[in-house]
Amino acid sequence: MSYLKEFLSLAVLGVLIENFVLVKFYGICPFLGVSKKTDTALGMGMAVTFVMVLASLLTWLVQHYILVPLNVEYLQTISFILLIAALVQFVEMVVAKLVPSLYNALGIYLPLITTNCAVLGVTLINVQREYSLFQTLSFSFWSAMGFTLAIFLFAGVRERLETSNIPKHLKGFPIALVTASLIAMAFLGFQGLSF
Amino acid sequence: MINEILYPALAIGAIGLFFGAVLAIASIIFRIDRDERIDKIEEILPGANCGGCGFAGCSAFAKAIVENGARITSCNLMTAEKAEKIATIMGVEVGEVVKKVAAIRCKGTCDSCGNKCEIYGIDDCQTAAALGTGPKNCEFGCMGLGSCAKVCSENGISIIDGIAVINQENCIGCGKCASVCPKNIIQMIPAKRIAYVKCSSKDKGVVVKNYCSAGCIGCKICEKKCPKDAINVVDNLAKIDYDKCVGCGICAKECPKGVIEVIK
Repeated sequence: MSYLKEFLSLAVLGVLIENFVLVKFYGICPFLGVSKKTDTALGMGMAVTFVMVLASLLTWLVQHYILVPLNVEYLQTISFILLIAALVQFVEMVVAKLVPSLYNALGIYLPLITTNCAVLGVTLINVQREYSLFQTLSFSFWSAMGFTLAIFLFAGVRERLETSNIPKHLKGFPIALVTASLIAMAFLGFQGLSF
Repeated sequence: MINEILYPALAIGAIGLFFGAVLAIASIIFRIDRDERIDKIEEILPGANCGGCGFAGCSAFAKAIVENGARITSCNLMTAEKAEKIATIMGVEVGEVVKKVAAIRCKGTCDSCGNKCEIYGIDDCQTAAALGTGPKNCEFGCMGLGSCAKVCSENGISIIDGIAVINQENCIGCGKCASVCPKNIIQMIPAKRIAYVKCSSKDKGVVVKNYCSAGCIGCKICEKKCPKDAINVVDNLAKIDYDKCVGCGICAKECPKGVIEVIK
């Protein structure tokens, strides 16, 4: 029961209060880059979820079984980057061979995630807050869900923007950034939920 | 002291070595045999990634040629020489290569065919065409809002005097403009000496005269004068059979409305 409670409270934390894109401003690059259509946005969201959970699991293991025993925690950043990059490469190879349909669906998004700061961010936060393995997995899953939600909402808005009459100097990225900041301000309202 | 240097180096080194080994092994186990013909064909293709062939880009097209037997000539930028090379790689016959070029089938400029109303706000052909029949007096004519010009990657279309005009030199024949035009005014025609009709109106001659001074009235003079029997008037509009047309230009001279033009 306590696991379920923890899982759900981490959901509220990860998706709403500490939304990775709109509150913490991680992963802005894919947020602006692949949010032109809702279906590609969802594809990116799924890819990020997959990689984030897997990366959190591995970094937790590295942190607790290699870095802490050797007393070299200051190597977190570099070793986590190393790990995430290798992991994404590995996952890409496996998926391409075993599930070609999924590989085609994820397309270029998988390699793009290699250097995504949202993935590195979640692994570092997990360590900083001294989460247990269960908490680590839940938190990274829900923050990836938060990323997906944000990018999906934003893609919906951008699809509408395509057909609206926008002043010439605001067309394209300017209006996208204005919209993103408005959504981010809306998400500020969820800060009241923190406990 | 020595441990402070040794452990970090060992830890990072071990992690790096481990993942390097895993990736090396994985690349052997999960190797995907990619047909080397794909790379060779991709090298020959123009690399413009225009999408005119109907695939996502040159790379996707090369893959489709090898795996699904896509037609080599689907590429509008294909020259006979390149097609020959690809065909040799694939071991198949080329088929005829026809380079195409876009043609605007409307001559109704601001002077010859006015607007029945003004549209404010959205300057996009699709949207404007969805509001009734668009702002133009002629419901078949070019509205001049320039969706085709926007979609053209080669700067090949400009809006002059209220209608779209193709710059033949820049046109690579990808056909994107033809697919975006809501009135179907743009047609891809063979890029050779050929005549085409600069009007799309299917209204009767009397009606056309009422709203446009530059429209085809379906008088059939061209049909009678054509020495190659290449022109037919269908639905009050002259239609040219591009296979038969030799571009002699007799129809263009005889047309009382000057609607037929010969491209060189």
